[in-house]
Amino acid sequence: MVKQLTVFLENSPGRLAGLTRVLGDAGVNMRALMVADTAEFGVVRIICDRPETARRALESAGFGVSVTEILAVEVPDRPGGLADILEALGAVGINVEYAYCYVEPGGQAAIDVFRVEEPGRATSVLLEAGIRVLGPDDVYPAGS
Amino acid sequence: MFQPEYEAMERPQLEALQLERLNSLLARVYENVPLYRTKFDAAGVRPQVASLGELADLPFTVKDDLRSAYPYGMFAVPLRDIVRVHSSSGTTGQITVVGYTRGDIERWADMMARTIACAGGTADDIVQVTYGYGLFTGGLGVHYGSERLGCVTIPISGGNTKRQVQVMKDFGTTILACTPSYAILIAETAAEMGIDPRSLPLKAGIFGAEPWSDNMRRQIEEMLDITAIDIYGLSEVLGPGVASECTCQCGLHVNEDHFIIEIVDPATLQPVPDGERGEVVFTTLTKEGIPVIRYRTRDISRLIPGQCACGRTFRRMERVTGRTDDMLIIRGVNVFPSQIEQVLAGIPGVAPHYQVVLSKRGSMDHVEVHVEVGPDVPFDEIKTLERLRGRVAAEIASALAVSIAVKLVEPKSIQRSEGKARRVLDTRNEGGA
Repeated sequence: MVKQLTVFLENSPGRLAGLTRVLGDAGVNMRALMVADTAEFGVVRIICDRPETARRALESAGFGVSVTEILAVEVPDRPGGLADILEALGAVGINVEYAYCYVEPGGQAAIDVFRVEEPGRATSVLLEAGIRVLGPDDVYPAGS
Repeated sequence: MFQPEYEAMERPQLEALQLERLNSLLARVYENVPLYRTKFDAAGVRPQVASLGELADLPFTVKDDLRSAYPYGMFAVPLRDIVRVHSSSGTTGQITVVGYTRGDIERWADMMARTIACAGGTADDIVQVTYGYGLFTGGLGVHYGSERLGCVTIPISGGNTKRQVQVMKDFGTTILACTPSYAILIAETAAEMGIDPRSLPLKAGIFGAEPWSDNMRRQIEEMLDITAIDIYGLSEVLGPGVASECTCQCGLHVNEDHFIIEIVDPATLQPVPDGERGEVVFTTLTKEGIPVIRYRTRDISRLIPGQCACGRTFRRMERVTGRTDDMLIIRGVNVFPSQIEQVLAGIPGVAPHYQVVLSKRGSMDHVEVHVEVGPDVPFDEIKTLERLRGRVAAEIASALAVSIAVKLVEPKSIQRSEGKARRVLDTRNEGGA
């Protein structure tokens, strides 16, 4: 399980820029960023090298931040790689709330991030299926 | 004019009639309503005046008097003489009840017939009554007036806008009675249905039950090719029919043979000089069921000096421009920000930071409740946020009987104020939000 920051943003010009500037000024390096938007607001999800530092910086800048534990897995970089993982979860009735992926610089595999209903059971299922589930050290080795 | 013998009465005669009716009223309420007897005795005044000016010495009546007399405590006649009750939209949980005798209903019908005639209506007209029927006074109030004038009366009530348009077209409606914002929706809906709203046989509209502007009037007149007049009333005093514009559109003639209007300074409660703005106060001269003495409406207006070109001698009040309390009127329903606060307090994660924001969308008033997404809200998933927004909207709609848009905003984005929180942000005069 790795830590993801979730930031609630109003859908207005300059808000995302403001958020990323705060992280930049705090020396936080982002690995992945995903924006889920509705007509009026957006939710920004971030994987970064120092989640706790990032959270403190954002909160003191007045952003609404929550830290969520999510499942990160290494996906073989070949056709059907992601499908194998999702099928393993689907077969045991675990629902995926959202997912996104990114590639580590120089890495051979893509990293997929999942929010699932039962992270503990999902982790066991994936391990049994021979899929590599990542821990904090794999994702943000700099530590926080 | 429906009753020129009153509506164009010479002022000295009218004032003599008012004085006579006022003294008769004071005697009646002192005799029959314990609240007035107590108030008059406490103020050391007798239920009799030598001139209309002495009315200013009598105590006021306020909404809370009606609330604490709920349901029938302020009725001035036995219930066997009451033939109808109506109720004001509940504000802080406690609704108020008003009762009408057969005579009250008769006089109300006359006054509403005057109103429709004010808009140019005659027995040849077809009136579509799109105000709600029920405890709200709008529907039945206009209905009886329309029948009294001899119009074809369509008691369609509110809602189902496409059907409103269809009926308007098929039945040949010439006068529309509804809230001004609904008139715009009807025009837009007609256009969507492929019916040119200007081609409808409609010639006039009597619009009220919510605040509107002259810009909005021009828009409605343009969209529907009609004369739009403003009507005024409140259930505590009568319902619709208290005052109405004529086709001169220069202020609302108050039915002064039935009501005395005063404008007072809301802070000092002293009468303001003629023509100045203040709180509107009404005394009901002829009401039998539930007469009121110097009822404070909380509405802000002024009396317009001079005579109207239409020939009516009744004085005119200006279109109501505001409220002395924080009450909002949203699509005809009275809403206090405290009610919204009450609803939010019951929902985890949203209180206490919220704001009611009034803005303009085109010419329409738009109301939105802004709710901060606080640290207690697990907002990682969009569906949690949507569910929260849906819950806030549903609970507000259920508690207030009117639906209001809900917008989730960032934490700490609602301006904090020292002391009394600024719960209502009105940006309508700032060119929109």
